[in-house]
Amino acid sequence: MSKEVTEYPVVWLQAAACTGCSISLLNTASPTIKNILIDELIPGKHVSLRVHTTIMGGSGEQVIELLEKTAQEKGKYILVVEGAVPTAEDAVYGAVGEKDGKPVSMLEWVKTLGENALAVLSVGTCAAYGGLPAGDPNPTGCKSVMEVFKEYGINTPVINIPGCPPHPDWFVGVVAQIVIYGIPGPEAFDDFGRPLLFFGDLVHENCQRRAYFDEGKFAKKQGDPQCLYEVGCRGPIAYADCPTRMWNNGKNWCVGSGAPCHGCTQPEFPDFVSSFFEKITDDDLPNIGEE
Amino acid sequence: MGTVKINIDPVTRIEGHLKIETIVEDGVVKEAKSSGMLFRGLELILKGRDPRDAQVITQRICGVCPTPHAIAAVTSLDNAFGIANKIPTNGRIVRNLIQGMCDVQDHILHFYHLAALDYLDIAQAAKYEGSDPVLNSIKNFIARGELGPFLPRYEGDYRIPADVTQEVVGHYVKALEMRRKGQEAVAIFNGRSPHGVGVVPGGAVELPNVDKIASFIWMLNELKDFVDNVYLPDVVAVAQAYSDYFGIGAGCKNYMCYGSYDMEDGQADQLKRERFYGHGTTSANLAYQKLDPSKISEQVKYSWYADSTSGKHPSQGETKVDYHKEEAYSWLKAPRYDGKVYEVGPLSTILVNYAEGQPQVKELVDTYLAKLKAGPEVLFSVLGRHLARALHTKLTADNLVNWALGVKPGEPVNIQYEIPEEGTGMGLTEATRGALGHFIEIKDKKIANYHCVVPTTWNGSPKDDQGVPGPIEQALIGTKVKDTDNPFELVRIVRSFDPCMACAVHIVSPKGRDLARFRIT
Repeated sequence: MSKEVTEYPVVWLQAAACTGCSISLLNTASPTIKNILIDELIPGKHVSLRVHTTIMGGSGEQVIELLEKTAQEKGKYILVVEGAVPTAEDAVYGAVGEKDGKPVSMLEWVKTLGENALAVLSVGTCAAYGGLPAGDPNPTGCKSVMEVFKEYGINTPVINIPGCPPHPDWFVGVVAQIVIYGIPGPEAFDDFGRPLLFFGDLVHENCQRRAYFDEGKFAKKQGDPQCLYEVGCRGPIAYADCPTRMWNNGKNWCVGSGAPCHGCTQPEFPDFVSSFFEKITDDDLPNIGEE
Repeated sequence: MGTVKINIDPVTRIEGHLKIETIVEDGVVKEAKSSGMLFRGLELILKGRDPRDAQVITQRICGVCPTPHAIAAVTSLDNAFGIANKIPTNGRIVRNLIQGMCDVQDHILHFYHLAALDYLDIAQAAKYEGSDPVLNSIKNFIARGELGPFLPRYEGDYRIPADVTQEVVGHYVKALEMRRKGQEAVAIFNGRSPHGVGVVPGGAVELPNVDKIASFIWMLNELKDFVDNVYLPDVVAVAQAYSDYFGIGAGCKNYMCYGSYDMEDGQADQLKRERFYGHGTTSANLAYQKLDPSKISEQVKYSWYADSTSGKHPSQGETKVDYHKEEAYSWLKAPRYDGKVYEVGPLSTILVNYAEGQPQVKELVDTYLAKLKAGPEVLFSVLGRHLARALHTKLTADNLVNWALGVKPGEPVNIQYEIPEEGTGMGLTEATRGALGHFIEIKDKKIANYHCVVPTTWNGSPKDDQGVPGPIEQALIGTKVKDTDNPFELVRIVRSFDPCMACAVHIVSPKGRDLARFRIT
């Protein structure tokens, strides 16, 4: 057993979410989720997941007390937000627990916990950019964490890890970066707050079917072996390393299975990348075929 | 003892945001209310979109059980597009493989990672003296002193002996690996998991070539081995230590199942199509009746919707918010079948098929009832739900091999189709958590209306127009709570239903004012 272990407390807050990001994280292969939660992530450093309502032991008041206690520990914990933040109508559409007999809105928790966190990880496209619940007509006024922080003047650093769901490696990689080297500087991110390490290239640039595109050989329907551009692939406008990283421990990925990329890592998801099975217009294409 | 109000908000180790409010009088639950605490409005977001996008968007209703939503969506689209009788054999089978493996890994997740901590004192691992590296790593973890996410928790009623507990704690970790592998096996045919891309109108996407079939079967074998030799024995071990829970949490004792896993090609009518788990209803007397979807209605007297919209079939579903109803307390509507309260989920699937006489279901259930030296009535309970879920897992896992071997390599996996100008479709399946229905109306080749009636809307529903509480509420009412500071009984009952709130609360369209005055009653 290590003698001195630095603990990195983490609070995982689920807002307007579907839990898909959490399920995806559970699929992490190396390290495994057991390595992350139980073992030291690297020698002498342990991630202590205090709150995650899908897996935690306690219920009710116990959860609220943990959230309140952690919020007091300024600069000492990492806040993970899964899901967009409902803000319409005084943020009534999402609540976690009660205070003085009134429900506490998810917006309130994001503000309270966000203000004092060392850093915030916006996990998934909903937390990063609004995502599906912010899709037209955005019935609940869902906003991204960055939008909320801007509105309320909160300056805690936010790292966006989009994807619907995000690849577990993207999350684990960012946590490892913080634990081993600290929070990276702005040069490590693109204009949308995504780490360039994972979101630096277009899906199209590294696609296994790229040669078919260059030769003008296109699939007529899903499942055909050629380039899926004509059946709606968003690879040419979506940034992510799916083609080289693959999914589920390297088993497969969307285009690999014969389905078009839906562009789920993009701030435009879902409204401006759908209809998902219609070809994108050429105007949208940056640098296709150029060096 | 007097009257105590026990509110649990949030209820953890379920999917999503659930609040339970109970009034406990002299140690017995007199009133119970369940409320969903998140609304996203995904059905509103679906309106006006390309019908094919329903498969992509409805999966995002729930990241725990996205696949059943994909299956229900494409079943309703096949129906609306007029191609339900043209799905190629490979498409049908690949859909079954994706859905089946999703069920298997999701049930494992539920028992070990959502439910087991109610019965298992994980801190017993601190006393471990053996050489197992996993248990020793947990021992080290406990010694370090930061015990999140496992503690704090309710304290007191942990009954399993230390040595058995330590073994099952090891299985908790092993189950994490098993469910991950299950998701990997799903990805073979679904591109990735969760939120895969492999299920589409007209069939599936991934060609079921022999290398993928072989890989799938061998990953499946590993899970099957775990189900037979670890999961089922652990359920039995919990059942032995907590046998009083065979008599707790029965609820309404009406059970409904939509059926799942298409077994034949060419049949356009999904109610006539042969499915591995057939559709139907049953009750405490285990008499079987076929399902008649026209008997489904949604009632809203105790939900925040206009009373004028009550009693409608989901295909005509209407959502009109009315905050000014004094008695309303839930965002969920109250779906009812033939005007009555019905429970859905693996217990319902197993009981309906047992009542119907499905040979494999009957044999397996009878085997386990013989082991328990009990009749089927013990299944109407908290432990009955856990046992039925485990049996459902075994039956599905056992059959997946033969389904996989039924594919025809080299033949197509999907067909091309046209989106009609207008049409309606219904897609019924069994999600991991029970009966799931999608209803679509298409106009001008766009989605004019989309309505989902999901398992937790049935199970977590509020009182109906006759004032009859929903299944979870009924299961809570009458329960003795030994320690109101540690209300184990309540969370064990709720979790036995495996609620999925993201699924349940996806419907309404409030134009919101002050919600607080409606939420607390």
